[in-house]
Amino acid sequence: MANRVAICAVAQIKNDPNLWHARFQNMLLECFEGIISQTNVGFDMEKGIRTVLTCSDDVWDARTISDNAITDVVGAHFRGEEKIAQESLNGLGYAMACILSGHDDIILYMGHMKESQTESRGMCTNLAFDPFYCRPLGMDFVNVNAMQARAYMATSGINEEHLANIVVRSRKNAKKNPYARNNVLVKEDDVMKSPLLSDPLRELHYYPATDWAFGMLLCNEKRAKEFTDKPVWMTGFANCIDSYFLGDKDLTSNFTLKNATERALKKAGIKGLKNNFELYELCDHAAYQLPMWAEGIGLIKDGDGGKWISEGGLDECNINISGGMLNGNPLLLGGAARVIECFYQLRGEADKRQVKGVKRALAQSTYGAAGQHQAVVIMEV
Amino acid sequence: MAIEKNRNVAIIGIGQTKHSSHREDVNQPEMIYEAVSSALKDANLSIKDVDCVVHGNMELFEMIHQPDLWHVLGTGAYGKDSIRITTGGTVGATIACVSDNLIASGMYDVVMAIGFEKLQEGHTTGGITNMADPLWFRNLQTGALTGSTAYDVMQEFGEDRAKRASMMYRIIMDKHACLNPNAHRAFGLEFDQIETLMNTSPQLVGELRLIHMCSQSDGACAVILASEKKAKELSKKPVWIRDHITIHREETFNIFGYHQKYPVYKTHKFAAEQLFKRNDIKQPLEYFDVFEMYDPASWWGLDWLRDFFFLKGDEHLKLVENKEIMIGGSMPINPSGGVIATNPIGATALLRVAEAALQIRGDAGAHQIPNNVKHALASGFGGTMWTVLMLLEKELNW
Repeated sequence: MANRVAICAVAQIKNDPNLWHARFQNMLLECFEGIISQTNVGFDMEKGIRTVLTCSDDVWDARTISDNAITDVVGAHFRGEEKIAQESLNGLGYAMACILSGHDDIILYMGHMKESQTESRGMCTNLAFDPFYCRPLGMDFVNVNAMQARAYMATSGINEEHLANIVVRSRKNAKKNPYARNNVLVKEDDVMKSPLLSDPLRELHYYPATDWAFGMLLCNEKRAKEFTDKPVWMTGFANCIDSYFLGDKDLTSNFTLKNATERALKKAGIKGLKNNFELYELCDHAAYQLPMWAEGIGLIKDGDGGKWISEGGLDECNINISGGMLNGNPLLLGGAARVIECFYQLRGEADKRQVKGVKRALAQSTYGAAGQHQAVVIMEV
Repeated sequence: MAIEKNRNVAIIGIGQTKHSSHREDVNQPEMIYEAVSSALKDANLSIKDVDCVVHGNMELFEMIHQPDLWHVLGTGAYGKDSIRITTGGTVGATIACVSDNLIASGMYDVVMAIGFEKLQEGHTTGGITNMADPLWFRNLQTGALTGSTAYDVMQEFGEDRAKRASMMYRIIMDKHACLNPNAHRAFGLEFDQIETLMNTSPQLVGELRLIHMCSQSDGACAVILASEKKAKELSKKPVWIRDHITIHREETFNIFGYHQKYPVYKTHKFAAEQLFKRNDIKQPLEYFDVFEMYDPASWWGLDWLRDFFFLKGDEHLKLVENKEIMIGGSMPINPSGGVIATNPIGATALLRVAEAALQIRGDAGAHQIPNNVKHALASGFGGTMWTVLMLLEKELNW
């Protein structure tokens, strides 16, 4: 098992709708201090942290070179720092590369996103589209996801009741997670009557804008014991990107997630999901994505989403026990939130939501419209 | 203590566009495609041979959020693994370091790094100014324009000598750019213009004049890297990446109030000290055959020579005054013409790595330096005085 990397410690703040009293620097500092106090890790050029990875985004922070604003609070003054300008799960993959390459023994990985700062989420994600064709049409991640939702509902037998069921369950699960956003519990009827955001997506089908920050300490196998008695091993990572124009792809094919999962499993030396995983954390920006990504990772057959939800597949397979992205994590950091939940579960530290006997977990994240970019991380104890 | 790399990595393909102030004939993915296809041709590979694509630039220059999503039309990343990592102006060098790490880790065999910028489509100085803290520093920011280094050099060495050395550096860079068909600005400046330019070029901030400052360019660069095994199979002239270092610093520009007794510790010097120490390079000026430096302005290029090569007193000025930094000199700096000639920011630092590698291969064409290049250094600059340094080698023998 020479190809594995230890996650030694995690720290986070509570997901919050509007941390008006804190700048993102304050949010990060809290996580930074959490990592330092848990591990006593230092910044010596020989033995300590030489490289800090961060995750944030210029558009969402409205700052060119957004990592420039946080170099000091992540300990990167006169040290290396590189910013994952992509969904946060990909940073875990790159941290793995930094360590396995031999260039670094230890990586501190910090991320922040303050969605409450933006006037409109749609305005930010509209900027991800080309300025000639798609942007003037008003495309953003919500309305393009709505197109995917409509197409997927038609192929998978997913209906309004299924979606309502997913939202109700997410909020119930999140109540047991002390770091989850405080949302009111809802009933199926509330979900089905919630206003349309972009047909067929309703407001309660979509994750709420959230502020959050995290920190993680990763280390090579040899030195992991210096920082923890209970390392969680990251053994596989891969991602995949689809083409850009919606007309060039089948929105229900799960092309990227299938590729990413297959490649991550191969790296971890695992043959298929069946009987090999006890827990899955999937990035459900919208309710329809939970069964769709379950198809994408190969947990269920293509088109079986509706049937699977009806039969209680979500609880049976331990999907998003944390409450998931749907309860509220910021767009860029959903992957890190998934990894942190897997970390607690694998260490047996998930308190009221602890699943018994978790030995292996899969975390997935997505970015872009309609799952254009997908990433998968495999974690084990 | 040298870093024990899991496996060796080499550059096996290099491509770049012609750089210019206005590439109105192409959109961003099309411009990137030019660099990508040229790198693939150089490596004699097809896109199928690439496992992972690494993409970098700064979003607010063109106001495209996560542009790799759109650029997939030109990068060739479709269906592959792809990573987007950015820093500042350093980003081009960062993605070269990232690609090296990705391959050395054993996770990927062939990785392509792509840096680009189309500065024509935005407002560069506005974009850079937007980097500063909105509460504390933004009102003081002048983008990348700062006159403080000019002031410092003039204070230390006298106004006339400093101004002449800086303009000499500028003209040498232009002479190099005139030999590089991809360079953006190549004016054909002559040394007898030093005096005129010193006095007539429009002032931007203090003694930083328009002619001293780098360009705003449109352009892209792609570099293909491979594991040792793959590189030996695929390339006749692999260029080996020995090591790299990234050093950032906090955002406050505590570079005001310069005092000779208490100089501000620069990341350039710290990065060079650390990197050379762990690779046992005691005399960098003797060791390296060429240096592609991220020199955003001739005052900075002149001043930073001292930091990177641990020079004392006025040794760095003498290197310039004696034209030792010219092609054919003892330490050629930026035979490509450097950043003052060509600056598509997201690509700029990757161009330093690419040009240094071309020198090692002996494939730089008219701007190839005459001696056999065995050891090359490339630097990236960005953020608030951040540095990335990369060591490139002809032989796998360190």
